[in-house]
Amino acid sequence: MDKYELRILAFTGVILVIFLVSVLRAVNKYAIDLPECIPYDESFTEPQIKQIDDNLYQVFVKSQMWSFEPSEMYFPVGAEVDFYLSSSDVVHGFHIAQKGLNMMAVPGGINKATAKFDEPGVYEIVCHEYCGSGHQHMRAEIIVNYPNQQ
Amino acid sequence: MQLDINKSEKRLLLLLLSVPIVLLSLGIYHGLLQTLYRSGMISQASFAALDYYQGLTLHGVINAIVLTTFFAVAFGHACMAYYLKMKINLKIGWISAILMIVGTLLAAIAMLSGEASVLYTFYPPLKAHPAFYVGVALLAVGSWVAFWGWIPMYRKWKNQNKERKTPLPVIATLVNFTIWQICTLPVAYELLVMLLPWSIGWVETINIPLSRTLFWFFGHALVYFWLLPIYLMYYSMLPKLAGGKLYSDNAGRLVFFLFLILSVPIGVHHQFGEPSITRGMKLFQSILTYGVAVPSFITAFTIAASLEYSSWARGYRKGRWFGWMFRLPYFDKERYLFAYLICGLILFIFGGLTGLVNASYSLNNVVHNTAWMPGHFHMTVAGPVYLGIIGMTLYMYEQLSGKEIRLKRIATIVPHIWMVGMLIFSTGLMAGGLLGEPRRTNMGMSYLDPESPLFRPDWVMTTGITVLGGVILFASAGLFFIVLIDLIFTKKTKEQAIRFPAYEVLHDEKRIPLLDSFKPWVVIMIFVILVAYIPVFRDIAKLTGPGAKPFDPNNPTPLELYESND
Repeated sequence: MDKYELRILAFTGVILVIFLVSVLRAVNKYAIDLPECIPYDESFTEPQIKQIDDNLYQVFVKSQMWSFEPSEMYFPVGAEVDFYLSSSDVVHGFHIAQKGLNMMAVPGGINKATAKFDEPGVYEIVCHEYCGSGHQHMRAEIIVNYPNQQ
Repeated sequence: MQLDINKSEKRLLLLLLSVPIVLLSLGIYHGLLQTLYRSGMISQASFAALDYYQGLTLHGVINAIVLTTFFAVAFGHACMAYYLKMKINLKIGWISAILMIVGTLLAAIAMLSGEASVLYTFYPPLKAHPAFYVGVALLAVGSWVAFWGWIPMYRKWKNQNKERKTPLPVIATLVNFTIWQICTLPVAYELLVMLLPWSIGWVETINIPLSRTLFWFFGHALVYFWLLPIYLMYYSMLPKLAGGKLYSDNAGRLVFFLFLILSVPIGVHHQFGEPSITRGMKLFQSILTYGVAVPSFITAFTIAASLEYSSWARGYRKGRWFGWMFRLPYFDKERYLFAYLICGLILFIFGGLTGLVNASYSLNNVVHNTAWMPGHFHMTVAGPVYLGIIGMTLYMYEQLSGKEIRLKRIATIVPHIWMVGMLIFSTGLMAGGLLGEPRRTNMGMSYLDPESPLFRPDWVMTTGITVLGGVILFASAGLFFIVLIDLIFTKKTKEQAIRFPAYEVLHDEKRIPLLDSFKPWVVIMIFVILVAYIPVFRDIAKLTGPGAKPFDPNNPTPLELYESND
């Protein structure tokens, strides 16, 4: 190995360490993490929206060919929502692009991720995994601060 | 140096090269159509008797699995014979080819009849016709057989040449097929032990998270299986084509052995968004994925250094920073293969960097399963891999048939058009992905249909850019087929023999025994795989619920219910 080769190896190492530290910092400081997987339990597979306290909600989302249940959700501004995701047939995706919330619904598994809705508006949920011929119609929406409706 | 070939060898190699190229015409046709469907220019489920998802399955299976596997085997035969100066075992070669062709035909029939619209990842519980699963498995098994024929050749050469360095292309070929052999075992298990009995109806349910993990154990190593034959060309042919020499031969050896260790135990980075695998294992495999970036960084340096040297060798002044990049023979029609390799290499800079984004743990949340993903991997598999394969196919066809390309100017411009088209196409896809466009979705029927309540005007621009890219790519592919067909119909002018560009090294270092031996590396490889995957399978066993029954992609009712009503 000559000096140029040693330099490029050191450079590579530094870059990768910077990337890794950034990733770990995002996890620790800003709590930006991957979905959490939960041991399978049938009680999560029944679709429902539960209000835990003023700002905290739990939603059990059931995905199926080719819809989500519940398909329309209303929350007040500032709501923190835990989504528990399951599938009753094939594999689906659950993507809220505006929130960077990205999960797979896999039969036999329960997935969990949390989003905080600080801005009013309509948040689109798109199924982003091919799930059969009606896949392109599979979506849902979250409406934040819709006039007094829940 | 040249390798003379007899009739049977010529037939075998030409067959292996031409089967996937014929199918490629279908794969590329549906590539263009997908951009039209996605942008809303086609707003229907199918066009010209081909359903969107059926065509997408064909596009993925043909371009990413059939083309790459056939080429890796054909090129592997040629490299083993050429660089070891030995004959390949023709009997084994033919058995392997027949298995691969039968498998491909079975899968093709299943896909074309619309009974296997499950995409190239064939994720259950979507069910395909059993022939599809058998076909894909046979294709893999056929490629193993070819590899089994090369091992005795290597052993024999090694016994006769104990103190000589094994030629780098031989190391590359054997590393690649060792990875392939190990990574395809779990997917063969998934196909033959899980999916096949389940699709026939002998088994009622299967474990879905397990099947996905077995698939991705194979799925990411597959990426390197596509790429390593092209790396082989970068190391052993590109420097000479540019008029220079390879900067360092030991660097190449180290790179290939690093790939051997790290190509497989990183598959979980495709499953970051899934339940049943804990975050700790995801982070661990994310770090290992950074590790596999190291050999690519070394390659970037070594190849760039070799190309800079080639510019000096052709008279460009030494010591200037980037000027050498503009003095390379990009458009030299007498060495058209250079254009294919360098255009692929330029695309791969972006393909590799976006790959690092995908591997970066929680950053994956932003891009997973969005249009960003095909944007990324089209700059790898449809960048260096595709261009290397079609360029080398032209090159080998010329030599195997003893003919010469007449349309050399067009042949040289094909990769440049492709590169421009791919940069535009991938920009559209990646930008769309960041806006939330899903991948693998017939968006013209919903999100890109102005009549639909789901219409998303913010995605019009990005999908439009992919159409522009798609049209340019299609034009480039069309020109390639014109060059190839013209070549097939020219007269034979030369004798048939394989002559690869000579392999020369700038700093010819001493033989390092560690970099010339497979055993220690294979042991480390298996150790890392066990460490990275045993906890994952334990997670799945602990966290997963009941198994799943099969579903037809066209019907939300479980298959057993509506079939029994008929």
